[in-house]
Amino acid sequence: MQDSDAILQERVNQEYKYGWVTDIEQDIFPPGLNEDVIRALSAKKKEPEWLTEWRLKAYRHWLNMKQPDWAKLQVSPIDYQAISYYAAPKSKEDGPKSLDDIDPEIRATYDKLGIPLVEQMALAGIAVDAVFDSVSVATTFRAKLEELGIIFCSFSEAVREHPDLVKKYLGSVVPYTDNFFATLNSAVFSDGSFCYVPKGVRCPMELSTYFRINAGNTGQFERTLLVADENSYVSYLEGCTAPMRDENQLHAAVVELVALDGAQIKYSTVQNWYPGDAQGKGGIYNFVTKRGKAMKGAKLSWTQVETGSAITWKYPSCILQGDNSVGEFYSVALSSLKQQADTGTKMVHIGKNTRSTIVSKGISAMLGQNTYRGQVLIGKNADNARNYSQCDSMLMGSECGAHTFPYIDVKNPSGQVEHEASTSKINEDQIFYCRQRGISTEDAVSMIVNGFCKEVLQELPMEFAVEAQKLLGISLEGSVG
Amino acid sequence: MPNETDYVSRFEAASKNADEPSWLAELRRKAIDDFQRQGFPTTKNEWWRDTSVKAIVESDFRDADGSPDVPKPLVNAATLEGAIGGHRVAFVNGKFSDELSHIGALPEGVFVGRLSDFAKAHPDKFEQLLAKTAKTDDAPFAALNTAFWRDGACVFVPKGQSIDETVHIVYLTQTNGHATIDHPRNLIVLEDDAKADVIEHYVGMDKCLAYFNNVVTEVVMGERAFLDHLKLQQESPCAFHVATMEIRQRGKSNFATNSISLGGRLVRNDFSTALDGEFIESTMDGLFLVDGEQHVDHHTKIDHLMPNCHSFETFKGILGGKSRGVFNGRIYVEKDAQKTDAKQTSRNLLLSKDATANARPQLEIYADDVKCTHGATIGQLDSNALFYLRSRGIGEAEAYKILVYAFAGDMIHRIKNLGARETLEAKLIELLPKATYLEEAS
Repeated sequence: MQDSDAILQERVNQEYKYGWVTDIEQDIFPPGLNEDVIRALSAKKKEPEWLTEWRLKAYRHWLNMKQPDWAKLQVSPIDYQAISYYAAPKSKEDGPKSLDDIDPEIRATYDKLGIPLVEQMALAGIAVDAVFDSVSVATTFRAKLEELGIIFCSFSEAVREHPDLVKKYLGSVVPYTDNFFATLNSAVFSDGSFCYVPKGVRCPMELSTYFRINAGNTGQFERTLLVADENSYVSYLEGCTAPMRDENQLHAAVVELVALDGAQIKYSTVQNWYPGDAQGKGGIYNFVTKRGKAMKGAKLSWTQVETGSAITWKYPSCILQGDNSVGEFYSVALSSLKQQADTGTKMVHIGKNTRSTIVSKGISAMLGQNTYRGQVLIGKNADNARNYSQCDSMLMGSECGAHTFPYIDVKNPSGQVEHEASTSKINEDQIFYCRQRGISTEDAVSMIVNGFCKEVLQELPMEFAVEAQKLLGISLEGSVG
Repeated sequence: MPNETDYVSRFEAASKNADEPSWLAELRRKAIDDFQRQGFPTTKNEWWRDTSVKAIVESDFRDADGSPDVPKPLVNAATLEGAIGGHRVAFVNGKFSDELSHIGALPEGVFVGRLSDFAKAHPDKFEQLLAKTAKTDDAPFAALNTAFWRDGACVFVPKGQSIDETVHIVYLTQTNGHATIDHPRNLIVLEDDAKADVIEHYVGMDKCLAYFNNVVTEVVMGERAFLDHLKLQQESPCAFHVATMEIRQRGKSNFATNSISLGGRLVRNDFSTALDGEFIESTMDGLFLVDGEQHVDHHTKIDHLMPNCHSFETFKGILGGKSRGVFNGRIYVEKDAQKTDAKQTSRNLLLSKDATANARPQLEIYADDVKCTHGATIGQLDSNALFYLRSRGIGEAEAYKILVYAFAGDMIHRIKNLGARETLEAKLIELLPKATYLEEAS
């Protein structure tokens, strides 16, 4: 015993002696992952000791985990030692100087989406601080939020300014032991958003990272924590319809939602990262863990439009812990080119009279593979729980695939679970009807697909919905004809 | 505690004194190797995640042997004597029973009887057909059966022929004081334009001793062949029953099976069919009625390999006591299988607070011009229907029973053999699990 204690002591001292002290001056870490890197990362961000420890605990746990392979995805091996786990936020001067430096294809897409010029510049990473209106808009918004007691800031800021809240809720929904990617994220998360809505407050606007100062470059391991205190309401938008410029191939984000008694959280996502080229080269690997916990009478609602990324592995889930809580999941997942999406949800009914709805629309085109994978679990004590699931898939072209893997587990006789799924081809009669009336095939397809997804799109906040509709059309260009 | 190695050493011991052709010995050798490589499945295996076979692994089984001393009337009642009629191939504790079997006149070239007799009469065909449909590489129980099977039933119908009367295959088990194991092996072959109607029937006579039936049934159907199949599982309440049924269908053939599962403590039925031709129709239905600590698991797999085929699946479960019912159905549509029409339904009725139902209806589709749907429900009877009956002066418990009967009766009515259907209708009323949930609620 004494021996091992001595060794342990020595090790601890060693790590303290070297490690991050020298690293702290650098702007980017060399590739590689070990405890020193995590300590250095944590030190860079001036994090308190408990958080450093938490990261290390996650890392040690991660070492014993294997990358999951149960999803219907073909993932080329990822070398976790080849990734640099810290890069200082890039200064805007490094970005392109003007819109002329931007890939014309991306610009064309901006135009099609109808994004205003200044916003285009911001999205493309051009230094526009001086002219860009939304900065001042953001400041005004922020003042308004502060007035209501709503905290909305970057995760690092929250760690510094509101350590108690972060400490209380971090890992309370997605524990650091949860799964391979969530654990990795827990160890190395770069930054993200934090939001706290106090008791009884109804957040007057849709919150979006867009309105957050310092939102830029949150890195590839994003961490979001949203806490809605009793009887409060918040609607949160994540992502953006415009294609995102990003050099990192692997993304492993974690989103935790906590809805206390009577609270409501609406979380909307539009994900349109680079899907790779037609040969499937490049493209983002998107492995995301999203989960919310609903206490008594609380409501969680996930809406997602997933059109980007080469690989999407994402299951926004609801733990319906409190009695009378409600969970919703609305999803459109589109895979074209050589994209692969394995996405769905988990509805875990624990409380009595809990209700959940799942509406999932999958669209596969060209060589895309689209999988819905979801679980509905009605626990033993979840009396009168109710679930309705509908998963529809649409296929375009004979080279794509659409798959449905629902898991339904009911342990309570008063529970009622219904699951329906259908898979069919895009209706040629409908295309013909449109063509006959002078509508081009592409517009017709876009129209039909939007109709197919209507139930989901109407759940999105308005401006978002309009952009998402256009996005679906653009993503499907050239897939029929 | 016995484990995989025990089965292997038992195999070594048995293979020494076996007198079999070399191809068969090789086949068995490969099977036991496959089994040893895979081992018994654990719940970590996705295909077995809802069914633990730990109880089977931990049981010390002896080979089933000898004829039990069962009074004939009891045997007759259990085997639905008289009700089903037709030809009967009966086995008692894994051994063919002359006494209980009777095979009537058959058309030219048709074979109905023991698999071991078929092997002697048609050695070439036997070699061509055995273990060609049910593979052992990724199926530990089928591998175990292939390594150990001793006998079973065989139905062979050559081109254009048909068997008009039902072929009733019965496996009766009565243990003599010790848990036993048997590996029944069935082979049903219908060549082009052939037609048959087969009932596979498992009956347990013991009330409380565990035994294990590890069944493999292979079905090979030629073009335009027609097979109506009923599987009736009435094992004893302590029995383990694992059955693998593999079907291969050629163009324009029509296959229908109905699996009625009433007995057993741990029951696993794997049905898998490959639609290897155009314009095939394939139907898989099932009903299970479980109570107490029973566990029934149905895994189905329908592979649409060619265009223009139709498949239909309906599985229903009624669960009482602390029972658990699992349905896992996969419809796979190959890239070339355009114009596929596949429909799958799983419906479960929970009658008790301690019962669990798991449904996994799955679609895996690689062709675009298809129509595939699946639906799954787990829950309660329609409260409006219940109210309707109550408003007409029918007591709650009684009304409930009527509705549960109607729910299950739908599947019983699909049975084509009149005798079997009537007997089962009567049996159903007797077996309906008590809706303890109602009593708890009131």
